[in-house]
Amino acid sequence: MSNDGVNTSRRTFLIGLTSAVGAAGAIGAAVPFVKSWQPSAKAENAGAPVEVDVSKLDMGQRVVAEWRGQPIWVVRRTDDMIANLDKLNGELKDPQSEADQQPPYAANEWRSIKKEYLVLIGICTHLGCSPLFEEEPTVELQYGGFFCPCHGSKFDLAGRVYQGVPAPTNLVVPPHSYTSDAVIIIGSEEGETEA
Amino acid sequence: MMRMVNGLIDWVDARLPVVNTYKKHMSEYYAPKNFNFWYYFGVLSMVVLINQLLTGIWLTMFYSPSDGFGSVEYIMRDVQWGWLIRYMHAVGASAFFAVVYLHMFRGLLYGSYKPPRELVWIFGMLIYVALMAEGFLGYVLPWGNMSYWGAQVIISLAGAIPFDILPFIDAKDAKEIGEALTTWVRGDYLLSTATVNKFFALHVVAIPLVLVALVFLHILALHEVGSNNPDGVEIKQNKDENGIPRDGIPFHPYYTVKDLPGVIVFLMIFAVVIFFFPTGGGYLIEKPNFVAANPLKTPDHIAPVWYYGPYYAMLRATTIEWFGMSAKSWGLIAMGGGIVVLFLLPWLDRHPVKSIRYKGWLSKTLLLIFALDFLMLGFLGTQPASGLYKTLAQIGTVYYFLFFFLALPLAHRFEKSKAVPERVTGGH
Repeated sequence: MSNDGVNTSRRTFLIGLTSAVGAAGAIGAAVPFVKSWQPSAKAENAGAPVEVDVSKLDMGQRVVAEWRGQPIWVVRRTDDMIANLDKLNGELKDPQSEADQQPPYAANEWRSIKKEYLVLIGICTHLGCSPLFEEEPTVELQYGGFFCPCHGSKFDLAGRVYQGVPAPTNLVVPPHSYTSDAVIIIGSEEGETEA
Repeated sequence: MMRMVNGLIDWVDARLPVVNTYKKHMSEYYAPKNFNFWYYFGVLSMVVLINQLLTGIWLTMFYSPSDGFGSVEYIMRDVQWGWLIRYMHAVGASAFFAVVYLHMFRGLLYGSYKPPRELVWIFGMLIYVALMAEGFLGYVLPWGNMSYWGAQVIISLAGAIPFDILPFIDAKDAKEIGEALTTWVRGDYLLSTATVNKFFALHVVAIPLVLVALVFLHILALHEVGSNNPDGVEIKQNKDENGIPRDGIPFHPYYTVKDLPGVIVFLMIFAVVIFFFPTGGGYLIEKPNFVAANPLKTPDHIAPVWYYGPYYAMLRATTIEWFGMSAKSWGLIAMGGGIVVLFLLPWLDRHPVKSIRYKGWLSKTLLLIFALDFLMLGFLGTQPASGLYKTLAQIGTVYYFLFFFLALPLAHRFEKSKAVPERVTGGH
């Protein structure tokens, strides 16, 4: 084949232009394939809020609810438990809850709306195991707390992570609010979020 | 009759390169005559691949992702011979990794990744990565409690990715990219049927297609450059007057016949495991996987199946925060890096000698320690990480990387290698 009379710069330009249009089309066509992996409308509906009645919960006890397939802990803390939180600040990674692991209304030292009720997603921030609730002091946790049996991460009774354990951040506080004094709705902020 | 058959062959051959292909890859593919025991594991990988494809296709006839646990129990109890097909597949997964690890170690022993075989090695590594993905996806499908919690741990690894890689994923209420990414992978806010369905599609269609294509490329690249051998001698540099390597013998019939007894011995061992130890004492199928997935009950100890052990040990070994990145991110980097570094092997190894036979004592010792280190990490990955085990995993991880970044590039400067012969030794 002869290359006589070929305008190479025009050819290069046209190849480039065609490729660019083709690439744009390919990216556009990829969108539905990628987006189809997102939760379906059905899954979004199934993620609806869950109510927890804490009126019958004893002091120092915990109740476990399920929201979006995750264990949700509600702990009713005693005055002693709340008082002990302060003493641990030196041993924690993020005692003031500065990392974005909770809604703004729980971004305080005790990590809850009301000091008495602690609401947490019961999943370790390391690799997703569910830590054990230790209401009494143990060898690892001098004031009680949560101990992850998988890789040994430790959290205090506000879900704040200790230093020197694999978990990077505090346990997550889910969005929640109070529809009455003793009814908490998990996953919804329709109710009261002020103490 | 013969004339008709020959006529048919000629007719096809004029339209499709059948005879040429057969000659090029079988009867006139000259392999070095001195292959030893280590050269069985390539063909064994192929045998296991066929086993996985065949039993896998049969399992899809009875498995249903919307009732993963129930349908596997159905296969085990109600489908005629279903238990055998399922155990052939489950034990086959472990067998696949066993033969592939030995096949890779052969490459390390004899320098089979060195020029001109870099691409053979790269395709092999891609097969290994695809296999790891395939193994993970497959382990989730029976939807036992270890399937669930193993998937939970592995998918949450995506949450440790410290930057935004897929800008157009917008999970509702997601606070950070990790969370958006994990929601995207799960297709739900939790591991659910949507996840199992997706993993099923990837496990039975997408990854097997990739795997088979990669195996094809692996062999095509190998047959282009020719097989290495235990002496690391290039047989193509010494050809007779017909252009045939003096140290080569046709793959068929010589190596097909040699491979056959190897395959038979392998199948005997394979059958013993399938019939007498199908769960391998909890190492091939873990005990919690005989209970249905339960999101509210974490098994006491989440351990990967044995073949992921070394990399899982590396993931957990990192507990320090460096340069503003979390220990979790560093764990991910150690694990990913442990695999990426294998891809770089052809360029990290600066030793002028290919085969371990002619390398000095230093290289031999370092490779032996590396093999033991890899086995140790594999064991540690399946055990709870505490005290001594954690320290050992940290030492093991450091040695793993030192082997690639110090031993392979520099060992030859500190040792005296033996002279490499002109022709291969041994073989008949």
